[in-house]
Amino acid sequence: MSRPDAAIRNVVDAVYRADSRRVLATLIRLLGDFDVAEEAMHDAFMAALERWSETGIPGNPRAWLISTGRFKAIDQLRRRARFDASLVTLVQQLGDGVQSAADFDDDAVEDDRLRLIFTCCHPALAIDARVALTLREVCGLETEAIARAFLTSAPALAQRIVRAKGKIRDARIPYQIPSRADLPERLDAVLHVVYLVFNEGYSASSGQSLIRPDLTAEAIRLARLLVELLPDPEAIGLLALVLLHDSRRAARTSPAGALVLLDDQDRTSWNREQIAEGLALVERALSSQRFGPYTLQAAIAAVHAEAASAAATDWRQIVGLYDVLLRVNPSPVVELNRAAAIAMADGAEAGLAMVDGILARGDLADYHLAHAARADLCRRLGRVDEAIASYRRAAGLTRQEPERRFLAGRLAELRRLGDRKRNGE
Amino acid sequence: MKYLCLIYDQESKWATMPKAESDAMMAEYGAFTESVKNSGQYVGGDALQPTHTATTIRVRNGKVSATDGPFAETKEQLGGYYLIEAKDLNAAVQVASRIPSAKVGCVEVRPVMVYGQQ
Repeated sequence: MSRPDAAIRNVVDAVYRADSRRVLATLIRLLGDFDVAEEAMHDAFMAALERWSETGIPGNPRAWLISTGRFKAIDQLRRRARFDASLVTLVQQLGDGVQSAADFDDDAVEDDRLRLIFTCCHPALAIDARVALTLREVCGLETEAIARAFLTSAPALAQRIVRAKGKIRDARIPYQIPSRADLPERLDAVLHVVYLVFNEGYSASSGQSLIRPDLTAEAIRLARLLVELLPDPEAIGLLALVLLHDSRRAARTSPAGALVLLDDQDRTSWNREQIAEGLALVERALSSQRFGPYTLQAAIAAVHAEAASAAATDWRQIVGLYDVLLRVNPSPVVELNRAAAIAMADGAEAGLAMVDGILARGDLADYHLAHAARADLCRRLGRVDEAIASYRRAAGLTRQEPERRFLAGRLAELRRLGDRKRNGE
Repeated sequence: MKYLCLIYDQESKWATMPKAESDAMMAEYGAFTESVKNSGQYVGGDALQPTHTATTIRVRNGKVSATDGPFAETKEQLGGYYLIEAKDLNAAVQVASRIPSAKVGCVEVRPVMVYGQQ
């Protein structure tokens, strides 16, 4: 065996980065099993390292890899079948499958990518398993990286993935693009996974840092892939949403890692390229007339993106968009956001009355941002003691370090203000 | 592939249901059973007597203990089952979602293990 030279290694690495997920998606279809396909894909790339330096790089590297992977898997199973009679029929079935050029053309391969996405996001899998499996199989992230991003141990995350693959195999979750009738609901499940990945990256639910750029980048890549493969209005809306939120990333934290609220952000550091792309996508999704909650949230983000400052923001339009969003997707969190917009449009008093109404219902009693919103409105109205009480409540509920520091800063500021007031009066 | 559809609902509801309503439910079950028999997906199925007729058996250290009732008090009880033939989980879910009790209780779909085959 000759040592692969550096040039070939670079080519194989590049093909791996660009095409390994496509190769895997097709091998899963051809071999009918995630683990067998993964092993086959790795064998195929190993073979490429060895052989391409002798034979040259094939005209269609992807087709070569798929065909080599399939051959290697069948060979491997055939050897195992000598000791395990239960594999004999399987080997026969796989070996009989006639391989045609159509298996490797671009349409077939892109369909396989959709099959992979829909299978990883199948509603019969637990939601955290869907997220982990999608990041592992569709994005190709290492188990350790996913575990780190979700602050869980690698063995626990690996176990989650193993269990999900086991369910796909044993309950026979089909490797299919959903039928037209099921598509809206199934696409929702996929979009939800992308949204969760983005949210965890954009505002980590716990831990030391506010943002996990690796996760936001994966979510944007996934959303882009979906739009490319299945340009549904809500997929387009979701891509717009993640781009418009991500455009503010640099402005959301101070150099010291402290949280900077939307109103106080330096808007010149917003990413104009992402904003331009996001705005165009919002237009496209809205013009379809078949948009839903993701597009509406993107439209709200677009209004912010177009404003030169918080004061110059068209808050009326934002309230109007929240009204529509509440009709499509009623939720107390949307109500809370609407109340914050009302406070900007009609004054803090009006906003506070609504926040108090929501809190009185008890829906968001343990949601730190509800108490933080109330605290902020009380602060603006000069109701210092109430503001302090609500900031305390919020600080006690948050699990994220930068947010806790931000709230502690506000509290210290208010206490000084309270002291001055008492001393002066 | 075979899937067992376990039907859970509230027994107490059945017991207190007006006759017209339970007749309608039984008619729905009849129609459902008929339809899965016609589609060739029916393998078997039964309704069960209520949980007060149940006996739970355990053997520990060779000693048999038989106790009254199901192990845990839950809101919904196992009330019947269908064993169906379906090509994959999506097809099984499609059938299970037409079981009348799915509208009021829930149906658990479990693939049946086949030994000696992958």
